[in-house]
Amino acid sequence: MTPDPHESAYAGLHGGDDTHWAFGTDVEDPLAGMDTSVPSGVDPAALAGYCLMLGDDALIFSQRLAQWCSRAPDLEEDIALANIALDLLGQARLLLTRAAVADPRVVPVLPQGSPVPPEDALAFFRDESQFRNVRLVEIENGDFADIVVRLVLLTTWRLALFCRVEAGRDPVLAAIGAKGVKELTYHRDYAARWFVTLGRGTATSRARLVAALDRVWPFADELATTHEIEQIAAAQGFGADPATVAAEVDEVLGEVFARGGVRRPQVPAAGRVLGGAGRNGRHTESMGLLLAELQVVARAHPLGRW
Amino acid sequence: MTDDTTNGGGVRDEWPLYEIFVRAKRGLNHVHVGSLHAADDEMAVRHARDVYTRRNEGVSIWAVRSDAVVASSPDEKDPLFAPSADKVYRHPSFYPIPADVPHM
Repeated sequence: MTPDPHESAYAGLHGGDDTHWAFGTDVEDPLAGMDTSVPSGVDPAALAGYCLMLGDDALIFSQRLAQWCSRAPDLEEDIALANIALDLLGQARLLLTRAAVADPRVVPVLPQGSPVPPEDALAFFRDESQFRNVRLVEIENGDFADIVVRLVLLTTWRLALFCRVEAGRDPVLAAIGAKGVKELTYHRDYAARWFVTLGRGTATSRARLVAALDRVWPFADELATTHEIEQIAAAQGFGADPATVAAEVDEVLGEVFARGGVRRPQVPAAGRVLGGAGRNGRHTESMGLLLAELQVVARAHPLGRW
Repeated sequence: MTDDTTNGGGVRDEWPLYEIFVRAKRGLNHVHVGSLHAADDEMAVRHARDVYTRRNEGVSIWAVRSDAVVASSPDEKDPLFAPSADKVYRHPSFYPIPADVPHM
């Protein structure tokens, strides 16, 4: 019997008809049904590299957000952070899959007969130096103000970039961008509201916000630094150079900071390692610990089926 | 249930309680799905979005302060509801409903 939707808002969510789910309920292949050929004039290796950057940012920050589960100040905030983590994990799945299809050489080689799909191979079987995420997303979690500040910075940049990516030349990446824009708009809104609330709240909340800003700000610079793959992505028309959205990002952050009544910290950018940073695979100490926890089970069972 | 949101002064341990109503699709009515805590009205809608619509349940949310809900008392059950128990003719069930009228 079909439950009456008048009786429950949850009626009719399960069962045969999955047409109201944007991508169906089949979660096996995130890009199922899409033409995944790489358009002419787009370098497959650069496209894969660009997808790894955006995908790794989402994957690693999703892991940090997931570590908040059961630790947030309120049940409702706990679920909000977990929702954001899941949105980002979804973006990571699509982007890593796109990277693997565009250039299969980026996928780690697993033992013969391993059923691990390419997205999982990329997430669980790459070493630290192969991850392309910015260090902002990997550093240890602090207090609630810390995650709010990091969310504001990451989502402001990411939303600005995704708005360019959704108009890009690779139809698959453009579709991923269009989906992400809606999610990121909410994430940024969520984070900015808390930023202002903490800034305008009690003396304690304000002090914590300022302390979190001082801690996180040195890593913000990396989001604004153009990597050579981003230059190629912009030149070939499938991605965006952060420099082209910097003014827009600056305006949004200026508004958030002004409403929160705090100034941008005067702290130097975090040092680069051998001239590189997260985008070059040079990470902080905490990245190794994060990856150990993320990867240990999959690596122990490379032939496992999940 | 006692309610900690109605007193006028003093420091509250928790944010005020809100009742959440979600409309599953256009044309249907809002249905009560549960309650949650939020600092203000706007946060209540945000929290409702996060807590009660994450499985694609809704197209619209209402949030109402729980202390703004006027409820009948269980003590009044008989005077309020018992008189209607023997008046079956009040149900509009003595004529056929056309097949193309949904949600009756």
